Amino acid sequence: MAEGKSLPADLSDRGVTAQIAGAVLHPPGSGWAWLAVLGASGLLVAMLLVSIFWLFFKGVGVWGINIPVNWGIAISNTVWWIGIGHAGTFISAVLLVTGQHWRNSLNRFAEAMTLLAATCAAMYPVLHLGRPFYFYWVIPYPNVMHVWPQFRSPLEWDMFAFFTYLTVSLIFWYVGMIPDMAALRDTATGRRRQVVYGLMALGWRGSAAHWARWRRAYVIVAAIAVPLVVSVHSGVALLFAVGPIPGWHSTIFPPYFVLGAVFSGFAVVVMLAIVLRAVFGFRDLITDRHMDLLGQWLLATGLMTSYGYVMDAFTAWYSAEPFERGTLLDRVAGPYALSYWSAVVLNFVPLQLLWLPWLRRTMPVMFAVALAVTLGMWFERYMLVESALSRDFLPSSWGPYVPSLWEWMLFFGLVGFFLFAFTLFVRFLPAVPIAEVKEVLHEEREE
Amino acid sequence: MPRPLPLYGLMAEFDTPDQLLAAVKQARADGYRRLDAYTPMPVSGMGEALGTNTSPIAWAALAGGVFGGGGGLFMEWYANVVSYPLNIGGRPEAAWPAFVLPAFELTVLGATIFAALAMLALNRLPRLNHPVFEAPRFSAAEVDRFFLCIEAADPHFRPERTRAFLEACGAVSVSEVPG
Repeated sequence: MAEGKSLPADLSDRGVTAQIAGAVLHPPGSGWAWLAVLGASGLLVAMLLVSIFWLFFKGVGVWGINIPVNWGIAISNTVWWIGIGHAGTFISAVLLVTGQHWRNSLNRFAEAMTLLAATCAAMYPVLHLGRPFYFYWVIPYPNVMHVWPQFRSPLEWDMFAFFTYLTVSLIFWYVGMIPDMAALRDTATGRRRQVVYGLMALGWRGSAAHWARWRRAYVIVAAIAVPLVVSVHSGVALLFAVGPIPGWHSTIFPPYFVLGAVFSGFAVVVMLAIVLRAVFGFRDLITDRHMDLLGQWLLATGLMTSYGYVMDAFTAWYSAEPFERGTLLDRVAGPYALSYWSAVVLNFVPLQLLWLPWLRRTMPVMFAVALAVTLGMWFERYMLVESALSRDFLPSSWGPYVPSLWEWMLFFGLVGFFLFAFTLFVRFLPAVPIAEVKEVLHEEREE
Repeated sequence: MPRPLPLYGLMAEFDTPDQLLAAVKQARADGYRRLDAYTPMPVSGMGEALGTNTSPIAWAALAGGVFGGGGGLFMEWYANVVSYPLNIGGRPEAAWPAFVLPAFELTVLGATIFAALAMLALNRLPRLNHPVFEAPRFSAAEVDRFFLCIEAADPHFRPERTRAFLEACGAVSVSEVPG
């Protein structure tokens, strides 16, 4: 995949700084459009706060969850959000370790996406607790009650996985941004900006010794983050396997979860990249070649996810276990058929357009496919969690699940939170790494 | 008459990373030891040319991983076996398979934090003031210019000779950095 250059040959170092720092220091347009997006997503954030307040005030009874389906869209959304986050780590870490230059135009905003998606994901288990104000009980700390958390519990694993994932993503993101903060400090004209970016740059001066150590630390953290990507979502899959519920036990689950996660995350990266290109005119930085490669990744991970669907169904059928087969039937032709077929159709059918190279470079097509995938993956997570819980071994523990209005408000509120924070990010921080794009520029010029 | 300012070093400006790299190698070969290059992006080979040792970061990451993973495993064992044992259906108290996931996550966490902190500590960051910031046009070091600074503290440093050396390396300009 190394052949072909990802950046235009006439792009200069000064041009890179001017474009990326310019998007922050002198944003295009009058600012009204930005404020409008911020305001609209801010309204959704207000809705989020209302729904959280009501949840805390009345308890989880305001949700549609019940026995037997006590994992509603709260848990399927956790899986969905953390999955979206994985593409950011994948682009930053896996492609860095494997030396793929084209990642450099994408990694910064993909990492921001990871941080925000992981934050949204981490909120759900806490909100879901019933007594959310005691969430710190799952954190091991010396306490006067002389009580330790139960490390054999999947809930405990969740805490470690999410906390580590958030912290590592934050460190990786910030360490990568230190040199760019220095570039902004030296490009900014206003005193206030110089001070704020100067403090965030920690006094970075581009010293070669600093660069060498920075590069070493960056690569080490990336190399450690590669197994982290796999472990977090396989951990989630393992969490399902620990519950004795039919439909949660195929051995394909861990890879299928991880690939589905990267698949949905790449879809969101595609949508964000298209918007950034349109709004900030980053066409020299996020080129058609980048979109083409993203399209190939979508296609590859999508086909692997489809293989997961086939294997999941095959395992249920081949097990000859009536309960496994029953869950499969519920998904294919039962009360959860809508979510099952939405997932299969949205994740598989539009994807086939991406076999054609010219369609991978046609932005409306890419956007539509990516949106379909994002929705399809949501249906997949919903189908996996809810259909399995609603009918297990005894008819006495069968029950339907319908999400309540408060759950939907919380969900769309979190989508609003994601958009709100991302809007702030592109306005105040460099959405594309300045130094790393220059590095690629010089390397490609030498080739 | 004001006393002349003490000198931090001489700062030479170059057009391309290749010229800078050649100058660094030349300066090292000439016996200069206290020098640093300033570039807007990582330039491969520059750290080695300056003799920067990056292996402490790898060792710090390893130590962080061992501390995080080993400490995590010990904490889990201590908590669930010694301090607060819970017998659930006669299952073993030291449940290693269940302890692996948190221990692994803590390994990653420890290694990451140690690597990042080691990078900052070895780089002496955060440090907001530094003499080189006073060099003329130095802010371009974050945009598209390449600088080499030979410090006055270098035993090999002689103002005139060092200036002549830097100019011979193809520097666009050479300026004094007040200390």
